[in-house]
Amino acid sequence: MEKKPFEPPLIKKLNAGMPAKFGLTPRIGVISEIEGLRVKDLLDEYGSPLYVLSERTIRSTYKQAWQAFSTRYPKVQFAWSYKTNYLGAVCNVFHQEGAWAEVVSGYEYHKALKNGVPPQYILFNGPSKTYEDLKEATEKGSFIHLDHFDELYMLMEVAEETGKKPKAAIRVNMDTGIYPRWDRFGFNYDNGEAWEAINRIMLSGKIELAGLHAHIGTYILTADAYRVAAGKLADLAVNTERKYGHVIRYIDLGGGFASKNTLKGAYVPGTDSAPSFDDYAEAITAALVNSAIKPEHLPLLILETGRALIDDAGYLLGTVIANKRLADGRRAMIADVGVNLLFTSFWYDHQIYPAQPVSQHTEDTTIYGPLCMNIDVLRAAVDYPLLKKGDRFVIKRVGAYNMTQWMQFIEYRPNVVMIDPQGKAHIVRKKENLDYLTAPEEVPDHLKNPGF
Amino acid sequence: MKIRKNIAVSDTGFVFDPSTGESFTVNEVGQEIIKMMQEGLSFDQISEQITKEYDIDAAGFEKYYQDFIEMLNQFKLLEYER
Repeated sequence: MEKKPFEPPLIKKLNAGMPAKFGLTPRIGVISEIEGLRVKDLLDEYGSPLYVLSERTIRSTYKQAWQAFSTRYPKVQFAWSYKTNYLGAVCNVFHQEGAWAEVVSGYEYHKALKNGVPPQYILFNGPSKTYEDLKEATEKGSFIHLDHFDELYMLMEVAEETGKKPKAAIRVNMDTGIYPRWDRFGFNYDNGEAWEAINRIMLSGKIELAGLHAHIGTYILTADAYRVAAGKLADLAVNTERKYGHVIRYIDLGGGFASKNTLKGAYVPGTDSAPSFDDYAEAITAALVNSAIKPEHLPLLILETGRALIDDAGYLLGTVIANKRLADGRRAMIADVGVNLLFTSFWYDHQIYPAQPVSQHTEDTTIYGPLCMNIDVLRAAVDYPLLKKGDRFVIKRVGAYNMTQWMQFIEYRPNVVMIDPQGKAHIVRKKENLDYLTAPEEVPDHLKNPGF
Repeated sequence: MKIRKNIAVSDTGFVFDPSTGESFTVNEVGQEIIKMMQEGLSFDQISEQITKEYDIDAAGFEKYYQDFIEMLNQFKLLEYER
């Protein structure tokens, strides 16, 4: 006779207090398979923990975003934000769908070239471009997004040295009515600095002012902020054409669209509060179409959204290492996934789904990662089902930023697999090992012997 | 060590302590353990029955059993023979 699944015994006191403002805690569902592949089988084959990406979800999310913008505006171009997830396989799914590359460092620029992106389809953002970066991007014909005056003057030097006219955009920051107001990237609109930068570029004659760019913030829950940003960039484009007869080729609204994750401290879950692609598209395209830009000169609209395009396609699978009691009697669960792999757990309350059936019984639980560090907490307090040692779990919506901001700290970084639309899993980044990690190290001769 | 005599346990996993008025819920395994304790079974006997019925080995069960007993103790549902 087959034995019943074991759930650790639990007794829980009933408190007849006031009901919570938002009613009962929602029951945590079970995710036992991803794209038709069983979580257990994936972990048995590729080891625990394991990142899993769904190619099908990446493509369908991209299509949703594309449809939202392209049905409202005649000229739309997405540029994949490399820093959000620069695994080669992920980048090339986006490129196959038609996205350009948006990079913020020499490393990312070279990665995009290595992925096979033609240089004229690369947007080079970021505040720390070197002279060599600017020179290479100029010679190859990529778009350079200028962040500050020092960079602008450096680019003029590059233009003189190479004898080429770099294609550039200026990055513009502004008040869009939201908090926090990002003013560290680019030139400020409201105090006239952005207009001054445009004038310096136009009067120098050394740089082609191809576009205007703004990156107003991250996880923006108000689509209307983009309406304000698009309107202000449109004003700059109109003024540039009026003064110099120069037509701005593109307006780039950057990224910052929210995904459906729930921010720590949020009253309502991200699934209820995050605007849709249609909300963002409506705000941005309405501002451009209704601006004073001449219809025949409507610029290409570029979007660099990263998080909202990839978050849903990523899953992190793991295993329960142990359960224990804290000093006050509360339950603690130790998982083999910690902040080393899940950087976003610093700002999201990630939902951690059991991978096998659980009863309706739950207990107030703190979920820790495997690191020997006090900060390694995935969920500080969550009403959680009674998983036992060896049980598997799935963390959803982790495709953005985690596979770039993860830390090689204490543990190796695990395998990353991508499930193709036919349901076949492919390793897209191999689990690290000792040789990989120690390869760049050099030990001086007198320290080669540990002295035992 | 046994469950206090006046503790009422329903078939649906509801536990009532008449001396304090406090109520508790127990899950299926917890309910079975309490039932066996009320019948006077020893830890070894309880372990044998649970490991026969559920997908858990004796070493694994012992840890969860001790944790459960500690919870019962904290809720003052146990009494000890003198």
